[in-house]
Amino acid sequence: MSTTTDLKTPTPDQLEPLMGGTLPRVAPLLVGVCSVALGALAWLLGLSPVVGVVVAWLGYVLGYTVWSRSVEGSRKATDALMRTLMWTAFVLAMLPLVSLIWTVVARGLPVLTPQFLNDDMSGRALLGVGGGIYHAIMGTVMVTAIAAIIAVPIGLFTAIYLVEYGKNNRLAKVITFLVDVMTGIPSIVAGLFAVALFIVVTGDPLPRLGIGGAIALAVLMLPTVIRSVEEMLKLVPDDLREASYALGVPRWRTIVKVVLPTAVAGIVTGITLAIARVAGETAPLLLILGTARVANWNPFEGPVQTLPVYIFQSLGQTTHFKYGEIWTDRVWGAALFLIIIVMSLNLVARIIGKAFAPKTGR
Amino acid sequence: MAKSIDVSDLDIYYGDFLAVEGVNMHIKARSVTAFIGPSGCGKSTVLRSLNRMHEVIPGAHVQGKVTVDGQSLYDSAVDPVAVRRQIGMVFQRPNPFPTMSIYENVLAGNRLNSKKMKKTEADDIVERSLKGANLWNEVKDRLDKPGMGLSGGQQQRLCIARAIAVEPQVLLMDEPCSALDPISTSAIEDLIHELKSDYTIVIVTHNMQQAARVSDETGFFNLKAAGQPGHLVEFNATPKMFANPDNEATEAYISGRFG
Amino acid sequence: MTTAIREPEQQQELPARARTTRVGDAVFRRTALGAALLVVGLLAGVAIFLVIQGLPALDASGEQAYGKPSVWSYVGPLLFGTILSSALALVIVTPLAIGLALVISHYAPSKVAKPVGYLVDLLAAVPSVVFGLWGIAVLAPRMVPIFDWLNDWFGWIPLFAGPVSNSGRTLLTASVVLALMALPIVTAILREIFAQTPTTQQEAALALGATRWEMIRMAVLPYARSGMVAALLLGLGRALGETMAVAMVLSATGAIISFDVISSANSNTIAAAIANNYANAAGLKINVLIFAGLALFVLTFAVNFLGRYVATRGQVKA
Repeated sequence: MSTTTDLKTPTPDQLEPLMGGTLPRVAPLLVGVCSVALGALAWLLGLSPVVGVVVAWLGYVLGYTVWSRSVEGSRKATDALMRTLMWTAFVLAMLPLVSLIWTVVARGLPVLTPQFLNDDMSGRALLGVGGGIYHAIMGTVMVTAIAAIIAVPIGLFTAIYLVEYGKNNRLAKVITFLVDVMTGIPSIVAGLFAVALFIVVTGDPLPRLGIGGAIALAVLMLPTVIRSVEEMLKLVPDDLREASYALGVPRWRTIVKVVLPTAVAGIVTGITLAIARVAGETAPLLLILGTARVANWNPFEGPVQTLPVYIFQSLGQTTHFKYGEIWTDRVWGAALFLIIIVMSLNLVARIIGKAFAPKTGR
Repeated sequence: MAKSIDVSDLDIYYGDFLAVEGVNMHIKARSVTAFIGPSGCGKSTVLRSLNRMHEVIPGAHVQGKVTVDGQSLYDSAVDPVAVRRQIGMVFQRPNPFPTMSIYENVLAGNRLNSKKMKKTEADDIVERSLKGANLWNEVKDRLDKPGMGLSGGQQQRLCIARAIAVEPQVLLMDEPCSALDPISTSAIEDLIHELKSDYTIVIVTHNMQQAARVSDETGFFNLKAAGQPGHLVEFNATPKMFANPDNEATEAYISGRFG
Repeated sequence: MTTAIREPEQQQELPARARTTRVGDAVFRRTALGAALLVVGLLAGVAIFLVIQGLPALDASGEQAYGKPSVWSYVGPLLFGTILSSALALVIVTPLAIGLALVISHYAPSKVAKPVGYLVDLLAAVPSVVFGLWGIAVLAPRMVPIFDWLNDWFGWIPLFAGPVSNSGRTLLTASVVLALMALPIVTAILREIFAQTPTTQQEAALALGATRWEMIRMAVLPYARSGMVAALLLGLGRALGETMAVAMVLSATGAIISFDVISSANSNTIAAAIANNYANAAGLKINVLIFAGLALFVLTFAVNFLGRYVATRGQVKA
């Protein structure tokens, strides 16, 4: 909000009511430099760097507020104090988040070689040679895909029921409430459900199979899918439906040919975001997928490895006196690749949402 | 309390876009000045530049000079917050604070400066301001009720009461009646007449009859051409403006031939 | 919603085309209804299977109940740890999220606010296992000097009684990670709510001569109040149910009740205890873990329900 003027400065007595005192423009810089010096001094005097930073920050907050209060009055001092606190919160929040991305990229990038992506953990990989995450990537793809195959049609039709047929009848209200409840299911509880289910189904006290993981993920996906599709269908104006009925088009064809195409971008976006979310899930899969060292394409038998579970399970090896280092590399490489998958799904979802947004005037 | 405003060679920009160009006028103290003109000609922008409210939009800045009784508003040492305190504003849509009672709404501006006001002093301000806004008799029994519960016209008068509670020198009104019904509009116009004796009032209106009814002087704004910046075509005493304007474009607009 | 839309069911004689229409409609409608009922069944299934497999745990004791006299004395301390860590996370995330959201919506110029907004949205997608990894490798060692300092100055508060853990893998570190995980989603919601404050309200405050902070206090915060509570409760729900971040970061002592959040004797959370113990569980121990999961489910359900109640009540009022 720059203000340019071509004025000579009027005499002070004229301006009295319009301006109280104002700190010079360099005031924040000045106080900042002094506070940093103060913090450095504290550090040099033998206090820990953490204390130094705290001292510098306190110096800035107190120094600026007191100065502003004496020159500009308490209201502007409060305003300045709150501004400083807001930006402090901003830095405190962004610092770890940026550090997280930076650490994963810096430590994972050198590990991401074609060989790492194409190897599994069979044979000598278990010791310290080579090894990779091919089996875990494929496991993630398979389990997530099956989860989507289960959850998307059910979610889609449930949302269609809620918006097109339910119209606030009692069943629709009950379902809406239950979807709310499902949104709150902790992921580990979804895993426990899958375990409990397959203990009963297979009779095996410790079931390990891919389909179980997919069902757990589907339980976590369903509420997100239903919610987002429901929102999108509600955005389709009733005029469109009525126009279609007026042409003698039956209801189900109206839904398939008119309603769904109008909302398709939002629906695809919502579903993609839901997939991205469960692709990174660990806890439920930990319980039911077990540990696999090679790709297992049979979801109905035997353990399957996914990337998040691979990361968690490899963690225990990173402290090994001899092979710790290579395991640490593997963990970071897998983490980076997992982030890449999830972020790409997110970006794709956003691009679809932007590019094919429904042209309904909203 | 009231002060006069001088505007000279005022250009208003939004970023690189020149919205209004070359405005010169003298707004008299204790009078009502109306800005009229077609949509998008910059009259609201000029009004907002008189208390620096246009700066709410990022990138907005001005060149030129606005002085209130000789004090420049755009001097680098001037605090926009102090400017807005002395030059109050009433908006197109009534905007009482939804979470506050009628009583607290009136005092909202005063509370900023003096946190601890004596109860009697606060009561005085509320009564005086609401009486000043011709609202006292309608709300005196429900001061603790939310301001949103009032009718549109009452809400707008509440906003005027809130604006005059801090005893500003100038009152800017940005189409204050455009969201109101005819009866509420007439109540506000009566109020503007009364407020004139204490305040300098500048009002933007789409309604030429309203400008003719309430104002002493009128400024007509227009676009030179589509896409060009707005400018002040004519500034004259209202009777002259409506009876015998100097400028052809003004006459065309006032007689309804365009706009 | 329109009530005028009804299927043409009253026709007496159906031409061939109308008949296929009717069959198609019926099939489609039944499919949708079936899917909806399946969702009901699925949730009922989750509850039923958890109860069936969880109830036998009530008989567990001693070795089967992880060395506790009963399942209650095992789940109780875990419940305590879950609530303590989530409460700490909430205390940490509240000021950070409000500050971050206000910076994005009201303080930063749009050149800064937009990319930061995108970044925060993307960070919401980072899997919890990656947060856990970062927590161990980067955060935990850096927390140790902070713990030392807290212990030196605030040791008289039971939370910081010490002795300070050498690894930094304590409940407080886990809470910080939980807070950071909840931060993006809570910030995204708060930002939305703050940005929705009507411009007219904000201008009303500014025109009265309010400073930026006074404008936020007068117009933005009152408007956003119920939404803020709902967003924070949603964040709390996330923290309560989060497993991996805690399971990885926390070096847990077991099911103990300890207010000390910077020492190596830590309380554990339900979700993390399940994840850590499941691999070696057998027999009744599995039922004990499932019972603990049931308790967690009830707890998160209560918190989410409260959040939704607050949110809808706010809508009605505004």
